[in-house]
Amino acid sequence: MKITDEMIDYISQLARLELSGEEREKGKEEIGKIIDYMDTLNTLDTTDIEAMSHAFPVKNVFREDVVKPSVDRDIITLNAPQKKEGCFKVPKTVD
Amino acid sequence: MEFETVMGLEVHVELSTKTKIFCSCTTEFGGDPNTHVCEVCTGMPGTLPVLNEQVVEYAIRTGLATNCEITQYNKFDRKNYFYPDLPKAYQVSQLYLPICRNGHIDIEVNGVKKSIGIHEIHMEEDAGKLIHDPWDDCTLVDYNRCGVPLLEIVSEPDFRSGEEVIAYLTKLKQILQYIDVSDCKMEQGSMRADVNLSVRPFGQDEYGTRTEMKNINSFKAIARAIEGERARQIELITEGKKVVQETRRWDDNKGSSFAMRSKENAQDYRYFPEPDLVPIEISDEWIERVRKSLPELPTEKKERYMKEYKLPEYDVDIITGTKALVKIFEEANAVCNNPKEVSNWIMVEVLRLASETNTDPDDISFDPKNLGVLINLVKNGVVNRNTAKEEVLAKMFSDNVEPEQYIKDNNLQMVSDDSLVRDIVTSVIAANPNSIEQYKEGNEKVVKFLMGQSMKQLKGKANPAVVTKVLEEELAKL
Repeated sequence: MKITDEMIDYISQLARLELSGEEREKGKEEIGKIIDYMDTLNTLDTTDIEAMSHAFPVKNVFREDVVKPSVDRDIITLNAPQKKEGCFKVPKTVD
Repeated sequence: MEFETVMGLEVHVELSTKTKIFCSCTTEFGGDPNTHVCEVCTGMPGTLPVLNEQVVEYAIRTGLATNCEITQYNKFDRKNYFYPDLPKAYQVSQLYLPICRNGHIDIEVNGVKKSIGIHEIHMEEDAGKLIHDPWDDCTLVDYNRCGVPLLEIVSEPDFRSGEEVIAYLTKLKQILQYIDVSDCKMEQGSMRADVNLSVRPFGQDEYGTRTEMKNINSFKAIARAIEGERARQIELITEGKKVVQETRRWDDNKGSSFAMRSKENAQDYRYFPEPDLVPIEISDEWIERVRKSLPELPTEKKERYMKEYKLPEYDVDIITGTKALVKIFEEANAVCNNPKEVSNWIMVEVLRLASETNTDPDDISFDPKNLGVLINLVKNGVVNRNTAKEEVLAKMFSDNVEPEQYIKDNNLQMVSDDSLVRDIVTSVIAANPNSIEQYKEGNEKVVKFLMGQSMKQLKGKANPAVVTKVLEEELAKL
């Protein structure tokens, strides 16, 4: 499948990625291949195969509703590039 | 042209679990920023979520209480979007197999009954809080709320008026409080409503283009937002313009809504099955166990109160409308077994004190049993009714005092000793010769005055019936 300029721009915008001209071309080609592979998968006969949402036959993994101590704020914000008043500081986000 | 308004609601409620949906951090409201967080709810790489079983239990309870079918095989999906309130850049939610479907809630507006369809209820995680910092012109992020379990309750587009919306929200809130899954405090954000609204000329079958108004946080604001948005859309259409499908933010202070930036409206969430969580299978036994544990719901309770206690519908509506009042009613009545009196005390005295002190019924803090005790004390002539209302109940309301002890400590027992009453009455008669003259001239009104004077001297502690009797006897002697 041919990935158009509009498609690659839309995908990179959704992924918040800024691509150079070279990267765009490469991306178009690689994503095209991925989509083509889906076509290959689609040739398989899956008539009697039940749809699966998970690779392991496991279900109902639960936790009891019991509070455990949270992580110290100084530790949890240790990797934050910027912080202020105990908060993660990020560029202005208009809501 | 006459227009019809068509609305659907998406209501988010925070569940009253002790811990978050996927980690063991507390869900407690408030707290310093980022003190209720861990590696999981801040989306650190390499962490894995583990589902809180209580969330599933509460979702089943909510589904059953709103007449839904429970999806016995359900799972989570990822909703992808970049916004700093969600550190993982996706929200774990349910798109393909929500836990509850096809329910309904019955409402009544101006005597007309209507059933509002519930399309689905799904489980998801709440996002963090963004705080704008004007000083640095940046945004500060607090993840305490991030990962608090939410149910999103999606209605069918069945609403045609603001009154129906408010009636539905009121009923939904009652149900959720009755079944103990959420405290539904709109002002704390534990219940939030998004309104999808479109208008169309009466008689038209197709829906008009709808807009969505997000996170309106009081019933009054919702009513105003609906009115405002309806008027805006009708104006656009009558001017020959088009309604644009978009998300709008209602500004209750300005009384108008504005479109959120279109970039944020580019809604392509690229949902896919959440690989970090395994499917949930809900057995018939589990559903039945939850069904059996459901308490009496608001509608059933209302009918029972009217039938069993013969209370007026208006009073029953008010009492059964708020879980806190139900608790007061039932616990007080268990003590004094006098439903009529308990209902009257709640309707008149308790609600008066609540409104005078601007207290939400949910925050009334006296021990409800003590209201039953107080009613008994009045009935048994231990304390005068007015004193009970104005002094004892007020003190219970403000300081949760024990009525018996308080009456004793403050010497408020009713004087039932006739001789003391008689002493006071004779002294009042002696002190008011003019009134006695008037009485002898046939002016009956002065009896009231003398009665009042006697009660005043007795500091309101006397049984009015006794005082009246003694006063009449003394006057007869003249």
